[in-house]
Amino acid sequence: MKHYFFTLLALLTISIVSAQSSITGIVSDELGGTVIGATVLITGTTAGTVTDENGRYMLSGLSGNEVSLSVTYIGYETISRVVALQSNGEVVANFSLRPDNKVLDEIVVVAYGTRKKEDLTGSVTSVTAKDFQKGNINSPEQLLTGKVAGLNVTTGGGAAGGGSRIRIRSGASLNASNEPLLVVDGIPIEGNGIAGSANLLNTINPNDIESVSILKDASATALYGSRASNGVIIITTKTGQKGKMQFNFNTQVSLGTIVEKVDVYSGDQIRSLINAGGNQNFISLLGNANTDWQDEIYQNSFGTDNNLSVSGSIGDLPYRVSVGYLNQDGLLRTNNFDRLSGAINLNPTLFNDHLKVNVAIKAVQTNNVFANEGAVGAAVTFDPTQPVHATNQFGNYFEWLQNENTVHALATRNPVSLLELRDNTSTVNRFLGNIQLDYKLHFFPDLHVYANLGMDKAKGSGTDIISRLAATDYLVGGRVIPYEQGKSNTLADVGFLYEKSLGANSSIDVLLGHSYQDFYTDVSNFPQYSEADNTEIPGTIPAFATDKPQFRLESYLGRVNLTLANKYLITGSLRRDASSKFSPDNRVGYFPALAVAWKLHEEIFPNSSAVSDLKVRFGWGVTGQQDIGSYYSYLPTYNRSNETATYQFGDAYYSFLRPGAYDANIRWETTTTTNLGLDFGFANNRVTGSIDLYNKKTKDLLSVIPVAPGSNFDIALLTNVGNMENRGVEFTLNTTPVYNEGLIWNFGFNVTYNESKISNLLSQPDPSFNGINVSNIAGGTGNQIGKFAIDYAPYTFFVYKQVYDQTTGRPIEGLYEDLNRDGVIDDKDRYLYTKPAPDFLFGVQTNFIIRKFSVGLAGHAAFNNYVYNNYFSETTVFRHVQNPLGYIGNASTGYDDTQFANNEYLSDYYIENGSFFRLDNINLGYNVGRVFRDRAGLRLNASVQNVVLITKYRGLDPELAADTGIDNNIYPRPRIYSVGLNLDF
Amino acid sequence: MKRSNIYILCLVLAVSALLVSCAKQLDLYPVNDLTPEVVYATPAGYKSVLAKIYGTLAITGNSGPAGAPDIGGGLDEGSQVAFIRGFFNLQELPTDEAVVAWNDQTIYDLHNLSWTAADPFILGAYARPIYNITLINEYLRESTSDKLSGRNISGSDASAITESRAEVRFLRAFNYWVMLDLFGKSTFITEENKIGTELPREISRVDLFAFIESELLAIENEMAPAKTIEYGRVDQAAAWALLARLYLNAEVYTGTPKYSEAITFSTKVINAGYALQPGYAKLFMADNDKQKDELIFAINCDGLRTKAYGNTTFLIHAACSQDFEDYGVSNGWGGYRATSALGDLFEDLSGATDQRALFTTSLFGTSTAQQQIADVGDFSNGLHVRKFVNIRSDGGQVSDLTKEFTDTDFPVFRLSEMYLLYAEAVLRGGAGGDNSTALEYLNRIRFRAYGESYGPGDIGRISSGDLNLQLILDERGRELYWEGHRRTDLIRYGQLTTGTYLWPWKGGVSSGTAVNSRYNLYPIPNNNLSSNPNLTQNEGY
Repeated sequence: MKHYFFTLLALLTISIVSAQSSITGIVSDELGGTVIGATVLITGTTAGTVTDENGRYMLSGLSGNEVSLSVTYIGYETISRVVALQSNGEVVANFSLRPDNKVLDEIVVVAYGTRKKEDLTGSVTSVTAKDFQKGNINSPEQLLTGKVAGLNVTTGGGAAGGGSRIRIRSGASLNASNEPLLVVDGIPIEGNGIAGSANLLNTINPNDIESVSILKDASATALYGSRASNGVIIITTKTGQKGKMQFNFNTQVSLGTIVEKVDVYSGDQIRSLINAGGNQNFISLLGNANTDWQDEIYQNSFGTDNNLSVSGSIGDLPYRVSVGYLNQDGLLRTNNFDRLSGAINLNPTLFNDHLKVNVAIKAVQTNNVFANEGAVGAAVTFDPTQPVHATNQFGNYFEWLQNENTVHALATRNPVSLLELRDNTSTVNRFLGNIQLDYKLHFFPDLHVYANLGMDKAKGSGTDIISRLAATDYLVGGRVIPYEQGKSNTLADVGFLYEKSLGANSSIDVLLGHSYQDFYTDVSNFPQYSEADNTEIPGTIPAFATDKPQFRLESYLGRVNLTLANKYLITGSLRRDASSKFSPDNRVGYFPALAVAWKLHEEIFPNSSAVSDLKVRFGWGVTGQQDIGSYYSYLPTYNRSNETATYQFGDAYYSFLRPGAYDANIRWETTTTTNLGLDFGFANNRVTGSIDLYNKKTKDLLSVIPVAPGSNFDIALLTNVGNMENRGVEFTLNTTPVYNEGLIWNFGFNVTYNESKISNLLSQPDPSFNGINVSNIAGGTGNQIGKFAIDYAPYTFFVYKQVYDQTTGRPIEGLYEDLNRDGVIDDKDRYLYTKPAPDFLFGVQTNFIIRKFSVGLAGHAAFNNYVYNNYFSETTVFRHVQNPLGYIGNASTGYDDTQFANNEYLSDYYIENGSFFRLDNINLGYNVGRVFRDRAGLRLNASVQNVVLITKYRGLDPELAADTGIDNNIYPRPRIYSVGLNLDF
Repeated sequence: MKRSNIYILCLVLAVSALLVSCAKQLDLYPVNDLTPEVVYATPAGYKSVLAKIYGTLAITGNSGPAGAPDIGGGLDEGSQVAFIRGFFNLQELPTDEAVVAWNDQTIYDLHNLSWTAADPFILGAYARPIYNITLINEYLRESTSDKLSGRNISGSDASAITESRAEVRFLRAFNYWVMLDLFGKSTFITEENKIGTELPREISRVDLFAFIESELLAIENEMAPAKTIEYGRVDQAAAWALLARLYLNAEVYTGTPKYSEAITFSTKVINAGYALQPGYAKLFMADNDKQKDELIFAINCDGLRTKAYGNTTFLIHAACSQDFEDYGVSNGWGGYRATSALGDLFEDLSGATDQRALFTTSLFGTSTAQQQIADVGDFSNGLHVRKFVNIRSDGGQVSDLTKEFTDTDFPVFRLSEMYLLYAEAVLRGGAGGDNSTALEYLNRIRFRAYGESYGPGDIGRISSGDLNLQLILDERGRELYWEGHRRTDLIRYGQLTTGTYLWPWKGGVSSGTAVNSRYNLYPIPNNNLSSNPNLTQNEGY
């Protein structure tokens, strides 16, 4: 966005005609919002002005009776109107712009540059501020939920400031990371978290974001080489605009409530279940209470978000400065997140526009109070016949005891005690800054030299304090667990950009660059202290006080964009990456890409408004994945044990030195993507959209596979062995069915179909190989519910086929089909059932603008995502109510349907179709217009988030952030009501 | 040259210089983990690797009790890859001596004698000894005299390291014996094999027997004399004890009996200066490290410094529930107890006469009704074993004040076994021994068991007329139960899978039933067959 401001500002010369009359007014858009930077010209001249940050313009010194004004703004239709002047007076002439649906001039941020949307050759979707998810958004990725075909953003639950799983076109990897690369203002940042942060992305204030580009296919991402296999998300923050100082203030308050609780038995129901069981030992354990433990641990969550920004220019120096403060409670009592953020953007243009400078600095402090999320599970399993409080030495919280002084060590702990006797707080500071220089050579203006120097430093530290009274840790007098971690990421990019017009609507640009990036982590390890007497707890002294893992990437990159006759577009690129994570022999990788596009509408329907856009794209590229976990996995290394892992010789204890398993030949995964796309626009772009077909083939898949015992220092090793394939179709449609003065109705949706398949996992063929068990579940040590199997999707469920009672329809406990008909039910009767990843993803949004009002709705859906209801499989058994370890628990009311005595963890009964539709958001806006004696523009908004969830799934919420599809009773997502106002002055 | 071209040239040069300065070294090394060159530069480094080689028997990884496992592959660190726990599960659960109440994956299959090659417990039990051997081979590769002199390690440092080579070869033989006994063959690797580049071959049972035998005979005289090495390490007596055990079972392992050799080597141990000490129970208490006169080789555990969920911490916690205070731990896991068939071996279960009957707890008695197991999943059914405890015989404090992790060492070889082994070898026709010595040895065991007497009316004394093979098996049951011998013993007597001896829930039936003879050996885990085509499956799987 920022780029056309330069152009615009450069074009304009403000001239004043000496006369008496003046005109003032406001330029607004179809939403009633003010338009900043619109050009207001006296028709047929170059005299005019631009609107300020309030959308206001002022032309004075006019003469004559009337003047014809034309108002232009990129992306909007030009309006011309004759305005009658008042001699020696001021008249008001407001303009309301309508979007020019021919928005193809829109500039989109792409890898190492920008491109006009109509010239894109790869599969790139840009979402700008006006299309972001509305409401109470704590973290940038949540702006995108449901907005982009092929992008799946799933929050991990309702924790304040919590993180999300982000997947672009499903994951390309099994054991390496499936997170896309994130680039903030040109700095690739590390997605991994930091100690003390639930989600490092929450350190970026969503209010400072101008646009987010999602690069999906390899022809778009290959310039990021070895980090691009899972797509790239480029976040661009807002920049300053020339003009006088303008303020924007927005504030929002919100209230979150729990939507639905897990259906568990009440105290009375448990009493009747236990009494019916007739076991006196347990009957005597029953209490008299009817405690709803879920009510005891959840609260209404209050949140407030305030942002103030100022932009303008000091002389020739455009700036934008913003501060924000967010404070957000979690639904779980004690959980809180706050963020104080500041951002400064300076973007001067020097030496007659030859040197463009962009300085972006973001500094953030977040404070977290983490609730003990163990309380979520404890609340649905704790005995409801017991009261919250009892008189004892464990803080007077009811606990299962062995005797007066001893808790029952294996029993569930009191959920309220888990929350109230633990205090885990942290502070995370982050500084993210860079300076970008673009120098157009004075003596050779076709050639630009660019540099981008950036730094991302973060530090997280905190203390987890568990009271001496807590039943979990009273034996050591409570626990004080300090933690601290620092990360720093430095970037130096330099290069050349050569741009040349070849005439006849043809042009070429060539980029050549070098990039160097260093990632450094500084971990501090501390012993734990007893909360009671501040002494070191034996056995907690770390082997090393610090650790400093580090890796570096050094790269060369090049790209050529060729445009011929404004019809044929060709892009070729190549990146050479060298990563310190691999041995010198495997260190260097080349990642090429090629894309071609043909603007059919220019060819066949030039100047047609019926077919306003038609373009086919084809892209091919190779990308890599070097986020393999360890930074040193190619090296044979010995690891020193900690002080609780030693062996006694004589009177001394010796710590261990252990050689680790390693693969000296480990290298990156490479993914080859082909993409065929069609962009279209009809009826003067009232209907736009695109279709993409893609195929991603990953080879040298990094997988943890079984290796021959004795061949290495482990029986499983992360090595490059497998192949995987992802195929899919994406469809996006945006329409404006109604467009008139009184009503504008926009409607859009996107659909993604994806299938993933593992095609190989072995280094040598073995017909008897049936896959690798994965997906650990809770309950029954070591049980795994999923499999990586050839020709199946990752994490396909591997289960027994449940047999049902013909008359009651109930599953019969412990009875499974003998699928191989050998007369015994054993491991050979498990079969590959459904998979956790959805077949289809769906996103939809619509909005209505009725004069000053606006109403918007947005939702998303997934189909055929299957879920293993681990909460059910673990608790819906009598063993869980009347626990043989000698205490009483609770079960979900699903027990009515099974009546199982013991756990049948591996039954397909617990696999359910988790298809759902969620109405994410309903928002209302009202544009009050000018207030405070015309000094400010005011807009009001209100929204409800997480409005409705439609699903047949019997658990609480089928939308899981885990690739494994295991529902273990997540921290529930709240329904949030918020109201806010936005003031421009 | 045009002026602009000169500018461009200058620019290119400047940028190139910048790039070169940027292109910093990409060879980065971890700061805490060490490369082999650093590890083996000092004698202390060798000693830490040696400690690891011993430690793999006691704990499961480099972080106690858990968190940095040696063996991954999706296996559970606490329950599936611990040496003691895995060995105990595979040696005791398929027998009359143990059943488990838990519901962990396939664990019921072990007592039911119905396991498959997909069993994760068996996968872990195969992985552990081979992992240990892999470490030992690395140590042997790095401790040759060439390597030592190349690293300027000399004098007493060098000789100490060289002497430790015999010890680790013993440990390699011991780990291979475990493979031989459980699986009947093994992945075979020595210090000649390289890491990461070749697939190990398989060794047959007969060849593996020969390898173990030749190794032990070769190192016999390189090891420290019996009872002279520092506590925790193995000496000559351990090699003799393993040879004796190997020879006693030679007929099972190879088809060729070697009872005379069993007599020879058990006699060497017996004459090495060991003696039974008063108080049977003390052998299994938290301060059993003081029983050095009787323990030939024990795996050291310590509640603070050698912590794992799979050593005696497991044996003790898993055997108790609410009665955990009787066991000296902070809580009970309510898992393992014995069937009534173990109880039937004793005349008196109270412990009043035969003090080895450690079955009464504050919660459970030993009545016939108590011993019946109606529901395997109900821990309160069965004969509760209170043999291993985390209580010191001297009444002192254990090292972990929270009593979560235990100090009790796990005996691998102790003198009683050598007595029993001698007697059995004599009865099975071995030369070099005699019945009266055998009887004398057995009565030494009895004398200690009955509290330095033979009990009222000498009921504990064995007369020469009582001496027969079944008595030896039963006596082994009484003396060595829960120490990891039972499966091997029942196989030697042909009683593990056949119908000659049935115990509750044998074969998954409450009254017990015979099972297929394939269960005399464990299957080679499927994962290993997939990853190593050189391996072959055992018959019947």
